[in-house]
Amino acid sequence: MKFTYSWLQEHLEPTASFEEIVERLSLIGLEVEGVEDKAKDLSAFVVGEILTAAKHPNADKLQVCSVSIGAGEPIQVVCGAPNARAGLKTVFAAPGVTIPASGTVLKVGKIRDVESRGMLCSARELGLSEEHDGIMELPADAPAGAKFAEVIGLDDPVVEIAVTPNRADCLGVSGVARDLAAAGLGELMNPRIKPVDGAFPSPVTARLDFGDTPALCPAFALRVIRGVKNGPSPQWMQDKLRAIGLRPINALVDVTNFMTFDRNRPLHVFDAKKVSGDLVVRRARPGETLLALDGKTYTLDETMCVIADEKGVESLAGVMGGEESGCDEATTDVVIESALWEPINIAQTGRKLGLNSDARFRFERGIDPAFTLPGLDLATHLILDICGGEPSEVVLAGAVPDTTRTIAFPLTEVKRLTGLEASETEMREVLTALGFTVSGTAPVLDVVPPSWRGDIEGKADLVEEVVRILGLERVPSTELPRSDDARKPILTALQRRSRKARRALAARGLVEAVTWSFVSHREAELFGGGAPALALSNPIAAELSDMRPSLLPGLIRAAKANADRGFPDAALFEVGQTFAGDRPQDQHQIAAGVRHGTAKPFGSGRHWSGAAGSVDVFDAKADAVAALAACNAPVANLQVTADAPSWYHPGRSGTLRLGSNAMAHFGELHPAVLEALDVDGPLVGFEIVLDKIPEPKAKPTKVKPQIDLSAFHPVQRDFAFLVGRQVPAADILKAAQGVDKKLVTAVGVFDVYEGKGIDPDKKSVAVEVTLQPRERTLTDKEIEEVAAKIVAEVTKKTGATLRA
Amino acid sequence: MSEFVLTDHPALDALERDIASAILGADDEAALEQVRITALGKKGTVSELLKSLGGMSPDERKVMGPAINGLRDRVQGLLAARKETLKAAALEARLATERVDVTLPVREAPAEVGRVHPIAQVTEELVAIFADMGFSVAEGPDIEDDFHNFTALNFPPGHPAREMHDTFFLPPDESGTRKVLRTHTSPVQVRTMMSKAPPIRVICPGRTYRCDSDQTHTPMFHQVEGLVIDKGSHLGHLKWILEEFCKAFFEVDGVKMRFRPSFFPFTEPSMEVDIQCDRSRPGEIRFGEGNDWLEILGCGMVHPNVLRNCGLDPDVYQGFAWGMGIDRIAMLKYGMSDLRAFFEADVRWLSHYGFRPLDFPTLAGGLSA
Repeated sequence: MKFTYSWLQEHLEPTASFEEIVERLSLIGLEVEGVEDKAKDLSAFVVGEILTAAKHPNADKLQVCSVSIGAGEPIQVVCGAPNARAGLKTVFAAPGVTIPASGTVLKVGKIRDVESRGMLCSARELGLSEEHDGIMELPADAPAGAKFAEVIGLDDPVVEIAVTPNRADCLGVSGVARDLAAAGLGELMNPRIKPVDGAFPSPVTARLDFGDTPALCPAFALRVIRGVKNGPSPQWMQDKLRAIGLRPINALVDVTNFMTFDRNRPLHVFDAKKVSGDLVVRRARPGETLLALDGKTYTLDETMCVIADEKGVESLAGVMGGEESGCDEATTDVVIESALWEPINIAQTGRKLGLNSDARFRFERGIDPAFTLPGLDLATHLILDICGGEPSEVVLAGAVPDTTRTIAFPLTEVKRLTGLEASETEMREVLTALGFTVSGTAPVLDVVPPSWRGDIEGKADLVEEVVRILGLERVPSTELPRSDDARKPILTALQRRSRKARRALAARGLVEAVTWSFVSHREAELFGGGAPALALSNPIAAELSDMRPSLLPGLIRAAKANADRGFPDAALFEVGQTFAGDRPQDQHQIAAGVRHGTAKPFGSGRHWSGAAGSVDVFDAKADAVAALAACNAPVANLQVTADAPSWYHPGRSGTLRLGSNAMAHFGELHPAVLEALDVDGPLVGFEIVLDKIPEPKAKPTKVKPQIDLSAFHPVQRDFAFLVGRQVPAADILKAAQGVDKKLVTAVGVFDVYEGKGIDPDKKSVAVEVTLQPRERTLTDKEIEEVAAKIVAEVTKKTGATLRA
Repeated sequence: MSEFVLTDHPALDALERDIASAILGADDEAALEQVRITALGKKGTVSELLKSLGGMSPDERKVMGPAINGLRDRVQGLLAARKETLKAAALEARLATERVDVTLPVREAPAEVGRVHPIAQVTEELVAIFADMGFSVAEGPDIEDDFHNFTALNFPPGHPAREMHDTFFLPPDESGTRKVLRTHTSPVQVRTMMSKAPPIRVICPGRTYRCDSDQTHTPMFHQVEGLVIDKGSHLGHLKWILEEFCKAFFEVDGVKMRFRPSFFPFTEPSMEVDIQCDRSRPGEIRFGEGNDWLEILGCGMVHPNVLRNCGLDPDVYQGFAWGMGIDRIAMLKYGMSDLRAFFEADVRWLSHYGFRPLDFPTLAGGLSA
């Protein structure tokens, strides 16, 4: 919403400076988005009078001018404009001045050997218009040396404010003035609008016809003025409209635009001679079309409200008029319409048709119903003044609704909700100045909001009115003490796990990324998703169409992007949500990562101490185990199974699980998946389902179990087993461990061998078993007995034989 | 130790000189051992002299005993000293061959290479600040229904305020409810109020979505909202909390704030908040100084309709809420210039703007220390 300062002053007699007004506007909720002050911008430009203009000795198209700027010696300026001539008053810029259009700073220069000490300017150079046929021609009586902007009336700053959706009343200058007056910055000028006496019954009538569907128009008023002489509107009106970026069209149309911005009262004018019969306000019939004033044809449906005559639709109610019945210079009889529309319907119609207009913007926010008829009268006065003519009586279809409602306003409410101490007098004054009717006595006042404040629903709204006008700076900053409760952790278990997993993964050299929650449909399908319920109806791009079933596609895409930038060894992770369905319980919190190329945990690429090899499944497994351990998962008790989802390499991937609860997957990505994503391997990844990690049982104290420090040396024994190639090493470890859970404290694999010297169906697995005696040193015999048990147990469980 | 003692026995003196010279002439431990055997071995020269004491008369022995024993002790001392010298020389010689080029670069520790994303780090900073003020952290689903995202928050169907949110839609579920990607984290406030009895103090950080994309907008971004509901918290408390937050977050001693009335469907009164800053240095914003204002958040008292929609009586309970962009405040604090880069996963950007894994933000140690 834009207005000029002089326009504001037609509604407000200011008692404060322009600067104070601008500052206060923001502080009462009308946020100033910008102030355009041409006078300020152009203050360096003055009126110059060309005293003499002679042909440049060395150039055909240049002239050497002697320019007077009032005081001082005339100034020599070389000018190329064809209209530079002796006696012309134009715009002069001295050296040092910045030319707005080009941003160049003027210097004293020589043009083809003749000195030039300034510049004579065109309108385009000043940023005022596209006019560049010559230098500006100012009125002959413009005083040389005077500030140019003041001479041509540009010293009227344009203010642009952002009006929030609840404040439709401030979409008119008069509403802005009312707020400022209430805030004590001036006096509101609100002259009574004299009712217009109709001289004759309106030859055009109107009726509402919504059949048995809900009415979309509470009230529709019109009047005919006959015998008008339409033409350009007066200069003052054109200046205002231009200043806020509107193009003057003709007086009748300009009056409606002026009323829109001056009073937030959109109106429409029809050429009465182009209207056939009476007007009907009704729902459009499916397929009806309208050639609107923007030159486009719109196809309408029965959800939209139109104004039609015998020929068909003439106007799209509250949004835009039709080209056919519009007013032009030939119009002699005009129908002025002032109506009320259903705001939501206007919004829906505009959205459906993709049609924005100043009228739609206002009607969908709600305009002052009580101003329907006074607005019509005010517009009539303007037209009579500008175009002459004779007004008819008013035709009103429907009825202007009475929106009067009384709100019980406990005066304590301001203190309760804001902490602000305000006196009853202050509160009454603010509300009254804003147009509220205040009656009753403390402690609870009866407050009737004005008709233009449809946004005021209850006492909280009144509190806002009081504090915003009195000033939010008066609200005292008040400490909010903590409760007396003991300090407890405020994070949930899942939140803690997410944080620990994040730090653990970063500490393993992975870099945290945040990728989009949406992936392409193809990516979703590759990673077990792609259900229709998770496809966005209005994706921003085709590759961001489906809610992600996994974090991996986004991370793999990121790894590829890094490789394409020349960084092929990315190690990336993300902690975030995946979507198995559209219900809250279908959302899972996942930590996932990828390692690409040679992005090993202890460094990538070539190094004098040994080049890093390609990433492999065990890097991903180590990442997954580390993150699980950081989350206090019972890592020692996890089973590792060689089954991972379809996007992993079937032979080089696994799942970490506790019983049936799969907590993590890891492995090389399936070659077909990498190919589909157009990524070169090697690439390994892992996914940890953070919300499936069990929490350790809560204990009454934080005391850890007593430590058992044996006084006796542990004993290590090595065994090399020959087993079938398909036998998991974990089975051997488990069997060895199971022989004596107390005595056997650790079992590790220190060598795995397949190949020469070994049956091709077998492999050799060498394990180191640690025995921890507790009461006394073990005898050789005892050790031999345990060793024999281990061999027997491993053989029994895995079919292994001790390697000779 | 090694000085020669003149005795009255020239023969002993001569022997001692010979042994001493042999000791000093031994170049390694093996040669030295030979010298020792020659002197102190079973049949060594000194050993033989010691043996000869047995055959001497007491008077003779009285004189020769100390002389020979003295000789033996001095030889032993010389041997030990020479042994130390040779050992030190051998070690030195070995060390001289064991030099490496310590300027060769080592592999960087993984914890030096890994990074935490600025959004995660800043979220932890926020949690640290608000936890200290008694807030807990609430989260909710990204896929929401119309009720939690709009209706409960006092956005009437068809209201223009809904258009302020460019909403992503998903197909309707079995019950015909249209799902949306949450346009703000306010639905988490609704879920909190509907599931927990006041007093409530929570912050709700999380991903939010709007179908908008340009230099300053991404279809996905992050918000944090705060909510306080009890029987007495008012706008003055909100002001205090936000002041405390700004000081703690931007790590300045004081920062002027400007509260401007605004409009949000879910709060009444509603405000936008600007903070004092200095933008006179190119590419840098300093907070708590200067004469410029920068909008950082929206806030207000929870609208009575929202309280009612969540089953709370607005004449009994009251409270306030605020919300801001996590990405935005991260950019303001740490100086990233382009929001889109947050989501591009460029390892160069992440390494530069990300945080080391062990740099936990704490109030005790400093949020960004």
